[in-house]
Amino acid sequence: MKYIALIYAAENAGPQYDTDEFNQMITEYGSITERYEKDGVLLGGDALQDVNTATTISVRNGKTEIIDGPFAETKEQLGGYYLFDCENLDQALKYAAMIPSAKYGRVEVRPVMEY
Amino acid sequence: MKSLNTIIKNHWGQIVALLSNYLQDLDLAEDAMQDALESALIHWQKNGVPNNPQAWLFTTAKHKALDKIRRAQNFSCKQQQYQQLLELDTQTDTKEDDFAIPDERLRLIFTCCHPAIDSSVSVALTLRLLGGLTTQEIAKAFLLKTETMAQRMVRGKRKIKQAGIAYKIPEKEDFPQRLDAVLKVLYLIFNEGYAASCGDKPIRHKLCDEAIRLTQILFKICPQEAEVKGLLALMLLHDSRKKVRYNQQGEFVPLEQQDRNLWNKDQIEQGIQLVQSALKQKQLGSYQIQAAISALHCEASDFEETDWHQIVLLYDELLKINPSAIIKLNQLMALSHIASVQQVLNQLSFIDDELLKYHPFYVVKAELLVKVKQYDKAKTCFKKAITLCHNTTIKNHLSKKLKTIKDCNA
Repeated sequence: MKYIALIYAAENAGPQYDTDEFNQMITEYGSITERYEKDGVLLGGDALQDVNTATTISVRNGKTEIIDGPFAETKEQLGGYYLFDCENLDQALKYAAMIPSAKYGRVEVRPVMEY
Repeated sequence: MKSLNTIIKNHWGQIVALLSNYLQDLDLAEDAMQDALESALIHWQKNGVPNNPQAWLFTTAKHKALDKIRRAQNFSCKQQQYQQLLELDTQTDTKEDDFAIPDERLRLIFTCCHPAIDSSVSVALTLRLLGGLTTQEIAKAFLLKTETMAQRMVRGKRKIKQAGIAYKIPEKEDFPQRLDAVLKVLYLIFNEGYAASCGDKPIRHKLCDEAIRLTQILFKICPQEAEVKGLLALMLLHDSRKKVRYNQQGEFVPLEQQDRNLWNKDQIEQGIQLVQSALKQKQLGSYQIQAAISALHCEASDFEETDWHQIVLLYDELLKINPSAIIKLNQLMALSHIASVQQVLNQLSFIDDELLKYHPFYVVKAELLVKVKQYDKAKTCFKKAITLCHNTTIKNHLSKKLKTIKDCNA
């Protein structure tokens, strides 16, 4: 089954850019990504630009409305994702728990709809 | 008719578990078993109970499932399950009399009580799929509408299917955490029956009985788990007192006024044995400690004889595992029998904030205040407790207490 792991964190949670802790986190991201590849579960994954760069659109009655900012103003914002191919939820949760941001943010795991 | 129902219910969980495993579909397994149950009631009433009722039920449920798959619109998707079931059919049909089905209930209970499922949903699924209670019965026990309970059940089964929760016993490294989730669900069922949080019927015995039965099953499958023993002991020890917690008029009787001769001796003996055997394993856990506390209450010949020192120490252990304000409150209650009232009142003020909406907190405080003759403050606390309590019987008990203070004040 395909699972997406959506990585949420508050903007100033976790290690700050250009610190040892931050570099450590980047290294950890590198090694888990390698691990996912090695275990054959990785279908994709990306980190997103800062939430300030988000633009939200909606189309109502054929009219497109554009708003500067994320869909929902919450403390914790989507910062990246991984797409896994796993046998079951337990396996997906095991891999999701390895994501470094889970230590200060949250990771939402959801099955991808398959047609 | 009742005995037929009981026979069927005793086999229900095991058959649903096995069918779920083959079919990988809880709905289908449950429906097939329900149909088998209806057939059994008709046939057994007419021809008597077969020699091997379990095999009879399983074979019938299997055939019902095959029929359902054949008739289903998405037959092609179900080919694999169909083949598996057919193979199973040829294997088992010939030797019905001495056929014992493998016990797959552990898988099913881990599935129903997966931490990815909300615990209220797990409770419903466990009672239905393992316990064989009908949705209507479960709804009634939880004072909910049947439709609400049915929706809860649908939500749970959908989550299992769509999120890909596997029918399997968790890996070794996940086992303790997952077992905790199972025990939590079983304890929730018991507690709902034992100390119903709302409504007029204080003890809904059926839920207690069912929780004990399910925990006994779990104990049978995992006899080496100390916390399973601990939980079973805890339930038995609590349950041993349930008949005297309320008098004939349905009024609440506190521990110190209960007739200890009416406590269920067999349950106490079983509970104490279990907790002793669990503690020997040196894998201390919160259920074992709570059971040990309960055992000390059960062992005391009267309220004054209770070993409060030991109880206070056990609460210390419990607080190390689970540092909660409610446990601290229980510890202070025990402490009040051996320490000065003022000392306990002082300590109580430290947990004030966390328990502002918890009615037992005000009861404890009120009773301590009565002891130091601060009647006005005590009355305020009792009134607060009565407002916060949702159990009519307990409310009445508290109102009575409030009245006695008024009397001694006058």
